[in-house]
This record gives sequence, structure tokens and C-alpha cells, in this order.
Amino acid sequence: MQRFAELLDSLAFQPARNAKLRLITTYLAATPDPDRGYALAALTGTLDLPNAKPALLREFGVQRLGETLFTLSYDYVGDLAETLSLIWDAYVDPDGEAAGSRAGHNRPPPSLGEVVDRLRLTSKRETPQLIERWLDELDATGRWALIKLVTGALRVGVSARLAKQAAADLGSVSIDDVEEVWHGLKPPYKSLFDWLTKGAPRPAVSGTTAVFRPLMLANPLDEAELPTFDPLAYRAEWKWDGIRVQLAAGGEQRRIFTRGGDDATAAFPDIVEAMEFDAVLDGELLVAHPSSGTLAIAPFNDLQQRLNRKTITPKILRDFPAHVRLYDALFLGGEDLRALNFDERRARLESWFGERPRGPFDLSPLIGFATWDELTALRAGARAAEIEGLMLKRADSAYVAGRPKGPWFKWKRAALTADCVLMYAQRGHGKRSSYYSDYTFGCWRGEELVPVGKAYSGFTDEELLRLDKWVRDHTTNRFGPVREVEPGLVLEIAFDAVQRSTRHKSGVAMRFPRVHRIRWDKPHAEADRLDALTRLLPVN
Amino acid sequence: MPFDPTPSDPRSWLFTTPQGLYCAPGDFHIDPAWAVKRAVVTHGHGDHARAGHGATLATRETIEIMKVRFGEELGVTQGVRYGETVGIGDVDVRLVPAGHILGSAQIVLDWRGARIVVSGDFKRRRDPTCPAFEPVTCDVFITEATFALPVFRHPPDSYEIGRLLQSIKTFPERCHLVGVYALGKCQRVIRLLREAGYDGRIWLHGALVSLCDLYKREGIDLGDIAPVGEMGRNPKDDLFGRDVFKGAIVLCPPGALADRWSRRFPDPLPVAASGWMRVRARARQRGAELPLVISDHADWDELRRTVRDVQAPKLWVTHGREDALVHQARSMGVEAEALHVAGREEEGA
Repeated sequence: MQRFAELLDSLAFQPARNAKLRLITTYLAATPDPDRGYALAALTGTLDLPNAKPALLREFGVQRLGETLFTLSYDYVGDLAETLSLIWDAYVDPDGEAAGSRAGHNRPPPSLGEVVDRLRLTSKRETPQLIERWLDELDATGRWALIKLVTGALRVGVSARLAKQAAADLGSVSIDDVEEVWHGLKPPYKSLFDWLTKGAPRPAVSGTTAVFRPLMLANPLDEAELPTFDPLAYRAEWKWDGIRVQLAAGGEQRRIFTRGGDDATAAFPDIVEAMEFDAVLDGELLVAHPSSGTLAIAPFNDLQQRLNRKTITPKILRDFPAHVRLYDALFLGGEDLRALNFDERRARLESWFGERPRGPFDLSPLIGFATWDELTALRAGARAAEIEGLMLKRADSAYVAGRPKGPWFKWKRAALTADCVLMYAQRGHGKRSSYYSDYTFGCWRGEELVPVGKAYSGFTDEELLRLDKWVRDHTTNRFGPVREVEPGLVLEIAFDAVQRSTRHKSGVAMRFPRVHRIRWDKPHAEADRLDALTRLLPVN
Repeated sequence: MPFDPTPSDPRSWLFTTPQGLYCAPGDFHIDPAWAVKRAVVTHGHGDHARAGHGATLATRETIEIMKVRFGEELGVTQGVRYGETVGIGDVDVRLVPAGHILGSAQIVLDWRGARIVVSGDFKRRRDPTCPAFEPVTCDVFITEATFALPVFRHPPDSYEIGRLLQSIKTFPERCHLVGVYALGKCQRVIRLLREAGYDGRIWLHGALVSLCDLYKREGIDLGDIAPVGEMGRNPKDDLFGRDVFKGAIVLCPPGALADRWSRRFPDPLPVAASGWMRVRARARQRGAELPLVISDHADWDELRRTVRDVQAPKLWVTHGREDALVHQARSMGVEAEALHVAGREEEGA
């Protein structure tokens, strides 16, 4: 437990992805089974433990310190788990040097495996005593980690995908190999580690269980290359503006995975209910309202209403009905189609789909075209908000995990741009922590600048140096890591769309804003007015 | 002077003025925030020791530190040994180790049978760069309260230094930039590293050099230390090579961690050594990737222990989180109250 706690602690302070990977891999290499397996489960969110309620923790704290001191402490720290972990042994040993870990008794702290096993076996009524005993045995970092574990959320900035990548690194295998076997396994993942570190055979994957299969991703199209491609060798589809998902159903299991392999099943009961099939499908999750026989796709904003919710109410289901527009089939009826080419898979998908009730599903239509000019014109004419652009897929492409170069391209709609004025700059993280690299910019409303978005990318390292210097030379106010600058620098911002926003003073928010050009030359008074953006809002 | 000083009424002979804490029968200030005629100074940190007083009394080491910091603008100085008694006016003044930094002292004031002790900043745990705090029984103890909340419990230094050495093993290609205060923390961290067996060169930001030199003159062995100087400044300049800083320890003032100065180092890993690092939100605010809880102030347990050890029936609590310590002391049967002194703000610790 202590080592796991130290890992979480380091991760919480480490912004860089590669460094996080190194920390996890180092831990996994040095920690025996089953602890490392439970740690991996905790990091990937597959560790299902009985929860402790915050009220119980608060009560513990008040018992230890009394109401006054506990309240003063909690007010200062602002986080219940952390407060409790810090104050826990404040009165154990008044005479000793401070901070003895585990002052006042000699029992060794529990291992992670012990914590998990005991929590699973102990009745709900006895759980508080158990937690209390462990809090006595652990040091402050250990207590903090334990409380995180029993209250559910680790929040150390590690995605399930990243943790799996670390496991893959440990065994020098590809993450796709780990993903393939992953959902067939259970914590503490002994067979996985036997494979990764001890030369045991790779754990078996059964045909159609609802496991995540790594998605095939597209590369951005370089338009200059387009004329060199044979139009007859490619198929085209709209690129829908939702969330890419994989639907996996078979036997008793039904799961919805996001692009990164995170399990989103719980958020979409309306889709799950309709997954009465044995298949693994690739598609786009949208919010769509059936209206007079056609489907009206709602703005991306509406889809966000369905994400990151703890409870899905009937009202949410009614107001924001989910829909999946299908792109591809990886498995049908237990048969692995991934080695087939796109045309073959598409034909199988169409015939399979034609034989079953529709439900909240439809097929993403193929777009007929004979020449690139024709397709270019179609792309230019498509202004519907739900369309992000086009997808080009080679007719002979197998379904390959990852982002292979060549077979699939995304050809996004030309970005919109606006000239905005730099208003605030914030220090970046990690490598960029000495640079003001995050920019908030605004447009004119009357005589006033109102913020419309924030961008962190789109400039070169040399440009960043120059931007950083400009910010330092034109600062008018400081708020911690943020500097307010005098209006004077125009940033040409590229973005994909404009949405309504109640969070921003301007009432609008940009989708995917990035710095397109830095207009060192342009007077800030000539930057765009807010109307230029509100005109671009979707009509509904 | 509000009313005639009487020994039995401590507020009548030691009280705050706009310049700071004032001892009436001796006609001097203690750690005044502004220039005064006569000052007694507990230790060399900038919010306690200032230039421009007519006369300054402090430990010999503190006077040396003040000379390094303020040059010759010090006026008349009197450097004393720990334990030596000096009469100022009617008051006997004695300086006793506070364990905070080199030269740091508690001020023991004896006047007509009454005794008040001003702790200045202090800690109770061992510090290889200064003598340990000595509790002195008294009628009134004036304590600092920088970390006076039960959440502040400093772990053993050796454990924290171990975390730094472990990080160097995990990230041997990254330069470990450690943010430390120039006076005290810097030299203590160096000594702790040496005690942990680290004998490699430790690099210093220019702002840390003169005080390290002073510590060396005072007989504190800091081992192989060297200023960074211009090394690595020009990324294209291979003459010095930035490689020397890979896996190296570089000490700098906290403000330099995310300053342009830090860009010369290969993939710097920001480390902060301070008592505030105990609280994660604070550590994140500082941008530390490796927060080390190393403090020169007493933590909650040390404060409580000290309140008990000095056996003072009255406790006056200055800068920090007075509420919690006042509450705690009252529950221990001590008559406690907050004392607001000019020029005391939350400081680095």
C-alpha cells in the first residue's frame, strides 16, 4: 500500500505523459503480484470496491480533533481525503518527534492486496473499523491513497489507456496486444503479468466476448497529395461530429467503448438496451431527435449533456436521445472481419443491418463520386453543423489497429478563422512551465473586449519564445500563474465551429481553437467584432 | 507608551507599536519592520532583519549574515554568543538557540523578576547547520505560528531527502532543480544530502553563492558546491555541454524554478523544499513535480510540545494561523491570545 501510495503521489504531481509512464512501469516492475495487479486495476478503473462515504470520513476527523480544529484544518486544505490523511495521527504521540509514520504502534501497514481482499470480504457494518485501523497503520501519503481508493476516484491524471500503455511497456509488447486481451481478464491480472514479465503464453481471447478492439484511425489529408490518388480506389463518407465509439456485444455482455478504450457503457443505457446482437461495430455516437421520419442530429453541445454524468435520468434520456451511426463492422456473429477489405466489410455490414430492426442505429452513407473535383465541391457545399468533413478510406483496406499511414484519411472542412486580441496568458505545464503558452483571446463588443476562447497550440517554438517575451513586456496585471496583457497583439485563430456558451461572458465558445497565425502587423482595433462569431452559431 | 510598565503586567512592558514589538524598559524593538533607534534581531531572514537601525544586537552569526545581505549599512552592531547576558536599560537580554537557521535565537527578556521569551522563528528537530532549540521556562512565551494547524506534520528530513535521491534514479537524464530559500534552507538541504551519502557536485544559482560561502566560513562543510554561472546558457554552445546537468542537483531560489533561467537545463524537474509542500494544492501552485516537506519552522506537534515545555501560563501567538494554536493552548490550560505584529506576512518556510 505504501509503495502504491507513493506512486499515486508522484503521478499527481507529474504533468508529462512519458514521465507518468516511467513512474508506473517502474512501480509495476518492482512490485510483486497481486499488488501490482490491483494497482493496475485501480488506475484503469476496474477495481470494484465497496465505497466509504465522505460523511464517515468527516466524522472520523471530528472524533480525532474536535469540531474546531478539524474545521480550521479542512477549510485550509479544502480536500477531505487530504485533510484526514494529514491530521490522522496528530495526537498519537505528543512527546515524540513529529511525523513518525505509524507512531505509537508497531503493526506493519497493509499491502495493497490485503486492503483489497479484506474490503471485499468485510461486511458493510465492519468496514469503518477496518478503515480506521489501516489509517492508524499507514503514513500520511498512505492514508491519502487509501481514502482515495475507498471513496472511488483516484484523480491523478492517468487514463486507463495510459496505465495499459505502462503495462505494455513493462513487457515490451504493443498496447494493442494488451487491449486485445484486457477485457477477458480480471484483477489482479496475474495471467497478464505472467505473460508480460515471465514468458508465459499470452492470455487467450475468446471470439466475441465484449472486449475492446483497438480502433482504426485516420491521418489528416495533405490536399496537395490528393491528385496523386486514384479516386476509384477510395470510398468517401461524411465525418460526423460526435464521439467515436465501439459497440461490442456477445453472450450476455454489452459494452460501449470510447476511442481510447474507456468503458462508457453506463452513460448510454438507451443504446445498450438496443444492442441485441452479437457483433463488434465501429460508429459515431450522436444525439439525434427523430422527426417526421428523418433524424435531426443535435449540436455537439447536446451530446456533452450525456457525458460525465453520475446518474442518467429519464428526462435526460428523453431530451437528449443517443444514436449511433455505424461506420464499420469488426466482428459479426462471432466472425472476425478485420482482415477483409473495406468493401467486403461494408457489404457484410449492410446486409446484416438490413435484416434487423433499426433502433437507435443507422448506417453512415457512402458518398458517390467519380473525380476529386466532384468530391471537393461536395465538401465545400456541406455546411450542416453535424458534419466535420469527409473521410476517405481505401476500398482495399483491412481494419488495422492504430493509425496506419495510407489507408484512411480525414479531410476536415476548411477551418473558420477570426482575428482576435490576446487578453490573458497563462504559464504552461511541464516543459512549458517557464513560458506563457496558454492564451485567452477576445473579440470586440462595442468598445470592450470579451473573451471568446483559449488556445495552446498552433505556433512554433520560436514563435513561443517571441510570444512569451511579448507577454512579459506587456503585462498589466498578475493573478498567480496568469498575466493580463494590454490589448495590442492580434492572433488569427482557426476553429471548427462556434457554439453557444453560458460560461463565457461573450455567450459563444469556439470548438477546437488553435493559433493559425500571429498577426504582429495588425492593429488590435481592427480585430474581429463579436458579431462575426455569433453569425456562425447554429440556428436552433 | 500606553501606561506605566509593571513587571506583573507583561502587556505593559512588551507591546506592539507600528514599528513592531517594543520593550519599554529597555527602549528597544525586537525584529522591527522599520528602521528604529535600537533593535534586537532574532535571525537573519529578511522579514526579521532589516538594515538602517541605529544599533543592532543579535548573535554574532546573525550579524555576519546581515553584513553579507546589507553590506556596511548596518550602523552599530553588537554580536553576542548564545547564553551571554547583555543589559539594555533595566532589562537583561539573553539570546538562546532557536534551531531555525544559523545564528537564530530566541530572545529571553528578564525584567524585575518577570520573564518573557520571544521565540522568533524556531523548530525543534535537529538541524545540521545550527544548534538545537532550548526551551526556557518563562511567564509569557511569544510563539510563531507559521504551521499551526494539525495538518502540518513534517516528516523526517531523511525520508524527504531519500525521495529526492530516488527521483534522480528514476529520471537520471533530468536536471533536478530544487527551489530553496537562500538563507538556511539551502545549506540545510546540502548538509542533508551529504549526510544521506550524496557526494556529487551540487550546483548553485548565483543568488545562493554568497550565503553558502558564509556558512563555509562558519565551519559548515558543504562539500563540492559550484555556481552554475553561464554554463549551459547558450543551447548551441557545446563547449560546456548541458550534459553535465543531466541527473544533477541544482539549487535555486523558489522563484527561479519556473523562470527563464531554468530553460538552460536539460528537461528540468522542479523540486520545492518547504513546509507548505505538505498540502497538495499549495505544491501544485508552486509548479513542483516533486514537493519535499522540509521546513525550518515548528510543525503542529513541535508547537504543542513547546507550549508544554516552556511552562508559561501565558502564550501570545504571532504570525501564522493563530486561531488553531490559541484554541489548542487554551485546551491545555494556557491563557492564549493572538498578537498582531507589524510587518509579519506569510513567508517561505
